[in-house]
Amino acid sequence: MPLSFCHIVMRIVIFEFPELICIFVSSLRRDSSQQVFHNVSKSGMNSAAVAVAPKTQSSRLLGLSPEVLLSWYDDMLLIRRFEEKAAQLYGMGKIMGFCHLYNGQEAVSTGAIKGAIGPDDYVITAYRDHGQAISKGVDPKAIMAELLGKYTGTTKGKGGSMHIFDREKNFLGGHAIVGGHIPVAAGVGFAIKYRGEKKVCLCFLGDGATNIGAFHEGLNLVGLWRLPVIYIIENNKYGMGTSVDRASAIDELYKKGIAYNIPGEIANGHDVLDVYKKVKAAADRARETYEPTLIEVQTYRYRGHSMSDPVHGLYRSKEEVEEEKESDPILLFTENLKAEGVISDEYIEEAEKRIKKIVTECVQFAENSPEPPPEELWNHVYKDSSGA
Amino acid sequence: MATRITMPKLSDTMEEGVILKWLRKEGDNVKQGEILVEIESDKADMEMEAYDSGVLRKIVVPEGGKAPIGALIAVIGEPSEDISALLSTAAATTPSGPVLQKEPKSPASQMGRPAPQAAAPAASSIPPPSRPTDGRTKASPLARRLATENNIDLARVSGSGPQGRVIKRDIEGVLTSGVGNAARALRPITPGTSADVELSLIRKTIAKRMTESKMTAPHFYVTVEIDMDPAIAFRDQINNVTQIKLSFTDILIKAAAAALMGHPGVNASYLGDKTRQYHYAHIGVAVALDDGLVTPIVRNCEQKSILQINEELQNLIERARIRKLKPEEYTGATFTISNLGMYGVEEFVAIINPPEGAILAVGTIAEKPVVKAGQVVIGHTMKATLSSDHRIIDGAAAARFLQDLKRLLENPASLML
Amino acid sequence: MAIVSLREAINQAIDEEMARDERVFLVGEEVANYQGAYKVSQGLLQKWGPKRILDTPIAEAGFAGLGVGAAMAGLRPIVEFMTWNFSLVAYDQLVNNAAKMYSMSGGHFHVPIVYRGPGGAAHGLAATHSQALEALYAHIPGLKVVMPSTCKDAKGLLKTSIRDDNPVIFIESEVMYGDKGEIPDGEYTIPLGLGEVKKEGKDLTIVSWSKVLAHVVWKAVDTLQEELNVNIEVVDPRTIKPLDVDLIVNSVKKTNRLVIVEEGWPFAGVGAQISHEVSSRAFDYLDAPIERVTQEDVPLPYAHNLEALSLPNVDKIRQAVKRVLYLD
Repeated sequence: MPLSFCHIVMRIVIFEFPELICIFVSSLRRDSSQQVFHNVSKSGMNSAAVAVAPKTQSSRLLGLSPEVLLSWYDDMLLIRRFEEKAAQLYGMGKIMGFCHLYNGQEAVSTGAIKGAIGPDDYVITAYRDHGQAISKGVDPKAIMAELLGKYTGTTKGKGGSMHIFDREKNFLGGHAIVGGHIPVAAGVGFAIKYRGEKKVCLCFLGDGATNIGAFHEGLNLVGLWRLPVIYIIENNKYGMGTSVDRASAIDELYKKGIAYNIPGEIANGHDVLDVYKKVKAAADRARETYEPTLIEVQTYRYRGHSMSDPVHGLYRSKEEVEEEKESDPILLFTENLKAEGVISDEYIEEAEKRIKKIVTECVQFAENSPEPPPEELWNHVYKDSSGA
Repeated sequence: MATRITMPKLSDTMEEGVILKWLRKEGDNVKQGEILVEIESDKADMEMEAYDSGVLRKIVVPEGGKAPIGALIAVIGEPSEDISALLSTAAATTPSGPVLQKEPKSPASQMGRPAPQAAAPAASSIPPPSRPTDGRTKASPLARRLATENNIDLARVSGSGPQGRVIKRDIEGVLTSGVGNAARALRPITPGTSADVELSLIRKTIAKRMTESKMTAPHFYVTVEIDMDPAIAFRDQINNVTQIKLSFTDILIKAAAAALMGHPGVNASYLGDKTRQYHYAHIGVAVALDDGLVTPIVRNCEQKSILQINEELQNLIERARIRKLKPEEYTGATFTISNLGMYGVEEFVAIINPPEGAILAVGTIAEKPVVKAGQVVIGHTMKATLSSDHRIIDGAAAARFLQDLKRLLENPASLML
Repeated sequence: MAIVSLREAINQAIDEEMARDERVFLVGEEVANYQGAYKVSQGLLQKWGPKRILDTPIAEAGFAGLGVGAAMAGLRPIVEFMTWNFSLVAYDQLVNNAAKMYSMSGGHFHVPIVYRGPGGAAHGLAATHSQALEALYAHIPGLKVVMPSTCKDAKGLLKTSIRDDNPVIFIESEVMYGDKGEIPDGEYTIPLGLGEVKKEGKDLTIVSWSKVLAHVVWKAVDTLQEELNVNIEVVDPRTIKPLDVDLIVNSVKKTNRLVIVEEGWPFAGVGAQISHEVSSRAFDYLDAPIERVTQEDVPLPYAHNLEALSLPNVDKIRQAVKRVLYLD
């Protein structure tokens, strides 16, 4: 039963190398300030990255400035309101095809992208990409226009919800084939290392994607060649309608990196600070040492897999969804910030208005934009070669 | 006890027949004597009656199907008896019945005549080909274009490609066989095409019989020109006074019959070792059909009045045209008359219908200047040519017969006797 | 002019382009230490080092996709498939990522990548190792497909392919790697999308490419010209997609007859596309229906005689030639 997944499982594993102690505690809900590392080393040509996991109980706000924290608050709120609006527009028939919403997972995007990496770093993701594009700084107006299939969209209306791209922001899409982008991420990491740059590539994927061939081939290449890629598994417990325990031979998805000599860890997707902390550590390491990491972020989506998929009733109960909403990441972060005196009710109110206005402007912009002209059909099939 | 229904011989020359219509279907009860099937013979369409009662168990040859004389066309039997034995012997048997005796060929007497024509003209329109075509000319796209560019009628080019496809070399052939650039400015000559017409039964029969006749009987020809003014006056009299509409053919038949009675040597058949001279005149009149001709016969003309002849002939001709003659109505003539006068033909020679000894070919009644009582006046004459079988008829006999015929026609009152 | 083998010609193309542009690198199975499964990349590791010549694990989807990512991030990968049969494992990466990235991203990210390797039948390799799959790639918008039949074409076209900003499917043939041919001295490239009339003629046109042209059609042409007293024009499209339709159409307009000879299977093959192009654009110039000689519509068997029976050969070409000339 899915709910059993919420219970704490304690295990202690001690590895060969005495300097490493691996302890893990997996808590899916409110307070996983603890983290897990699985470190694997092997003899042979490639040595494992040795990561030491600090036991954390430092400041709950990690010494971050209020501006930064509030910018994260705004980011998560914007994602939430944007997605709610997208749901509404989909219901009105203004968005076609598939639309996969991020409600409930905002902390992952904000913590990892807005928090942990910079504008020069790359992000590549699957099809639940609106939030991640927003966190990466892609213009939300252009995203909304893309959802409505307008010429002013991020990809001129030719990509749609699942294919948001922005070269300038180093946002490499938006991919619809499950796991198809995982080797592509490896290639981005390859290019970084090839050029000797100090950059990292964040690759987001779902729990379902850890079972497909391309996941294994991609991770193997990253692990073999030590490429600066952080694979972030957004484990929202279900593929489409199939729970993780019915799809994957092991439930602890972060362990899947063992086979590829990629250290794995768990993060709490309801706690933006936890996500930030873990991704930042991995990213910093990757930039310096070109060492990859696999992070399983435990999160939850409040809506169905896509807009065509029921919220509850088919494969998960309404009670489960309602219960999960009690650990709404925005809610938790707000409580946290309030407790630390960083956020006030006035700010919350003002932010609500401001964000709402932004979203309204996005919709207006999108609705007033033209569709792509017919000749656009023939564009971008082949690129004219400069001869480089 | 099941019985085989076989293709009957419906005329003396018939060798195969075509099933036109089954009046019963498989499984129906059939009573002896009722009409079972309609069959096309080489002469006419015939009804065939059932000779046995029973259930029509199997139709072996369906409507439209052909079968030779004697072949199995159906089986009548008890409802549940096994008829497989009868069906397995359904293979066609060779036609039985009398076959025309083939005389050894002897050189035909030419007498300087032009090539012999058929006794009656073929229909002027060519019937549609019986081989199915969809009317399309097959041609490669290139050939089509070249044909258009060179003003060539594609339909008249013979195609050497598969299924008669016209291809480039065929067009090139047309072009190179032309007379050069100057002539190309005129209409180019195209080789033309032909259409094959399958022979109907009648046609086949005519072909066979006429060939036999011409190759066997040494034909010679004697022509007289007859003054028809008296006959015209005679006919006018009768037609004006009575309801009857006499034709010249009626008068001609009567005259011929009378003449034949006086010249039994002409009213005769060559039978190899003897001549049979008839003492009656059964006279056949050639009637043109779409695909051939048939000669219905007025029997015993020597005894019938012109009126009788007229009535009978009308009836016969009507039924001949719809192919409803009975065999006895077109077999057994002793003499035949063929008339092409309605086409403006002045004179012609006909081919004798075996086993008759002679045939009379008459032309049109032409208005022309004639000499009467030393004066040139407008008169009406008709030419009649007698073709005779020299094996039994000599020139003088033919001439004498014609003399008499002429006298009778020029004195039509004598025909009333 | 120098005389080289095909593998040398390809090797030179890769080498020259790597010298010209530091963003070019080569990945594939056994391309580095092993010196290339067919020795095409011989010597390159020694010259360019392990950073730019990399052996991959047996993971076609993985390294084909890695190539896409590297290209999106600004490099110019050459990805070798040991044979094109194995590319099917990576078909998703080629069709859904490489081919479509430029279009789906509305022009944000293009994929300047070359996927190359040998395709088609060799001898007795049986069904899964003998496939001529160009139709599967030519069918996909966004890909270019190149298939040279000579050393000169191979080198010139590969250099252009590497410089092309689009994903290029470059199909060679392992039985041709030892074939010798002349190549020009110095720097030269051959544009994509441009075919060549390899031999002028007037009685009929044969369109063929790659190994079948090099090893079968030329033999047939020599034999049949004498046997049937005809003058055959041979057109090599060189690039399958985009196809040089004009060149083929102009040839057929001249000769009025077309025989296409290809190694792929007949159903929805490249020859079917060429047939359509010619029949619609040169309709009024055709004196006979277009003929195709293809591999038989069966998986290729191992037995020597059956393999020979299935593949295009001189006799099948003879039958087709006679049919279009109405000589049968």
